[in-house]
Amino acid sequence: MLLIRNGRVLDPATKTDATLDILIEGDRISRVGPELDARDTEFFDARGLIVAPGFIDLHGHLREPGGEMSETIETGTKSAARGGFTAVCCMPNTQPVNDNASVTRSIVERSAAAGAVRVWPIGAASMGSKGEALAEISAMKAAGIVAVSDDGKPVATARLMRQVMDYCTPLGLPVIDHCEDPSLFAGGVMREGPNSLKLGLPGIPAASESICVGRDIEMALLTGARLHIAHMSTSGSLAYVRAAKRNKLRVTCEVTPHHFTLTDEDVRYDTNYKMNPPLPSRADRDALIAGLADGSIDAIATDHAPHHPASKDVEFDRAPFGVLGFETALALGLTELVDSGKLSLTRLVELFTTGPARVLGLERKIAAGEPADLTIFSTEHTWTYRTADSPSKSRNSPFDGRSFRGAPMATVVAGRIVYRR
Amino acid sequence: MLQRLSHLLGTENLTREQIAFILDQAKPFQEFQRHPLKKLATLRGKTVAIAFFESSTRTRISFTTAASRLGADTMALQAESSSLKKGESLIDTVRTLEAMRPDGIVIRHASSGAPEFVAQRLEIPVLNAGDGTHEHPTQALLDALTIRDRKGKLEGWNVTILGDILHSRVARSNIHVLSKFGVKITLCGPAMWVPRELEKLAPGIRVVHCIEEGLRGADVVMVLRVQTERIHEPALAPDEYISQFQLTPARLKLAQPEALVLHPGPIVRGLEIDSAVADGPQSGVLEQVTNGLAIRMALLYHLIGGAAADAPHPAKDRTNASD
Repeated sequence: MLLIRNGRVLDPATKTDATLDILIEGDRISRVGPELDARDTEFFDARGLIVAPGFIDLHGHLREPGGEMSETIETGTKSAARGGFTAVCCMPNTQPVNDNASVTRSIVERSAAAGAVRVWPIGAASMGSKGEALAEISAMKAAGIVAVSDDGKPVATARLMRQVMDYCTPLGLPVIDHCEDPSLFAGGVMREGPNSLKLGLPGIPAASESICVGRDIEMALLTGARLHIAHMSTSGSLAYVRAAKRNKLRVTCEVTPHHFTLTDEDVRYDTNYKMNPPLPSRADRDALIAGLADGSIDAIATDHAPHHPASKDVEFDRAPFGVLGFETALALGLTELVDSGKLSLTRLVELFTTGPARVLGLERKIAAGEPADLTIFSTEHTWTYRTADSPSKSRNSPFDGRSFRGAPMATVVAGRIVYRR
Repeated sequence: MLQRLSHLLGTENLTREQIAFILDQAKPFQEFQRHPLKKLATLRGKTVAIAFFESSTRTRISFTTAASRLGADTMALQAESSSLKKGESLIDTVRTLEAMRPDGIVIRHASSGAPEFVAQRLEIPVLNAGDGTHEHPTQALLDALTIRDRKGKLEGWNVTILGDILHSRVARSNIHVLSKFGVKITLCGPAMWVPRELEKLAPGIRVVHCIEEGLRGADVVMVLRVQTERIHEPALAPDEYISQFQLTPARLKLAQPEALVLHPGPIVRGLEIDSAVADGPQSGVLEQVTNGLAIRMALLYHLIGGAAADAPHPAKDRTNASD
């Protein structure tokens, strides 16, 4: 038994914002109320802290199997726990690609054995994510996938997207797409604009993303499928998503912390500023923040993308895309969105909890009988993020050395404290 | 007080005073090229690593000759024969070179930012001999020297740069140099190679897509090479380029009567420039090559020789000549 006492319980699902105690028995919440009394119980004093439903990350790369030089399920989930995440959806672009039930099962088993937090695999949409034949989606669903995606690249063609959507709809699986038009992307390494021109780095126009978002929404209209836009980074994409939502399509989207924090003007010859989608223009960044505030964007997802140090210690155009994300996500949300007055704290919590849960068709709330997954954080605690201290195997973050106010203080998964600051 | 350079990574961050200083330092080296015995002892005992990760003839020979005429030894690495072909990373390659204790390294690389990447990781001065589509600072400095010689000054001219600006490191470096001297810069070429947003690169830039408009009133015309072997996308039929953008004698008449024509070379005669213009009296093409030596000698002397800015100039102090 674990009693979390005197925390400010902030649960968007039940619209709770009050100082309450939470009693956990086994892996579930047994009681929620003021000044609970319990004997022979482990206590956690949450006075001055926020107690929220467990954070869910819809988008992470744990690199196992096949990329263990950069990350493993063990190191990645330890890093996620430090970031306050109680569940991580891991993308299928492993080696081999998670396109069949045996890979899914191995991820599920490794996670059960070595994972610090829950791992919810996402299956490939096509075999090998090659954009040709459909992956073994039903079998993977039986093995535990929560969505499908060919992340790292878009579902190759509109025709394939239509087939994937048709197939996934009766299975109740959302289709997550990494939206880009390969012909416009064309070897680019950062957002096209004045800074790409100055640095002489090949630019990717914003339309590369939005044109594909438009395509996918057309396919969602045709099929009625659940479509989720991964790591959305442009105002053009957001306009398409808003229109789809107005038309009652089942379309959702996520934004990463680096896309609401940094812009293309921050890019320099430092491969920790190289990610895909690339950092947005300032106008697009501001539009994304507005979308996070007004509810057009459903979730904050990290796109945690570890790359081992040697692979990033190369010329900018030769480096792989991607940055670490788990451990800075909440702190960036608090500093960039809440402290700046653009979002309420409740809205931020929603974007880490009920928002991503709804994308997956789940409910997340703090109530008796619910799984005891909780994220306990401080809005005041000051700290400095140092990649050298991270349990991740990689160090590729543009936020190394940055000081923050606000941090996860404890992460509770299935009734166990898996991380405590 | 003049801020000493520790590297030459580009012209963007050079001050006007630093540029003027480099051009002044190059002057005596320019005259030195006419001397029968072209060898100084200034950098005797020093070694310059010449690391060309991308093929080049003229810039490599120019740097090698500049080092040699200053008395330095060179060690050369060329892309074709390098360990890069065996999968060695850039950082490992340059650290290996550094372990042989050169006093400076000249880098040409296909990746924008590669010299800066190297400079952040090595202790020795790094000279950028052209990086991707970013900068080619020595080319812009030699262009500036050529303009100053021919036109008496740099300030206030109208300079038109003609061709594929988007993919040109020469254009970028020239923009950064010239804009610091109040030059009015016109960028001209096919619209997909000359995006409007280039106007934000520096003050005083105008983008036009019609060659007649681009040439009108120009005091200097810089013609860029059409690099048929790579990077232009989409490819443009040569005949289309010739008909719309070739610098012909007739078109050159739209510029000022004494307009100077420059080209970073190598020239593709009959494509971007008509032979009559390339070889005509207004062409400064061969002076550019000679001035390249002078500029590179000045930079190697400044960065590797380590002399104070007010030290006697080595090319003037003939007691310094090698025996």
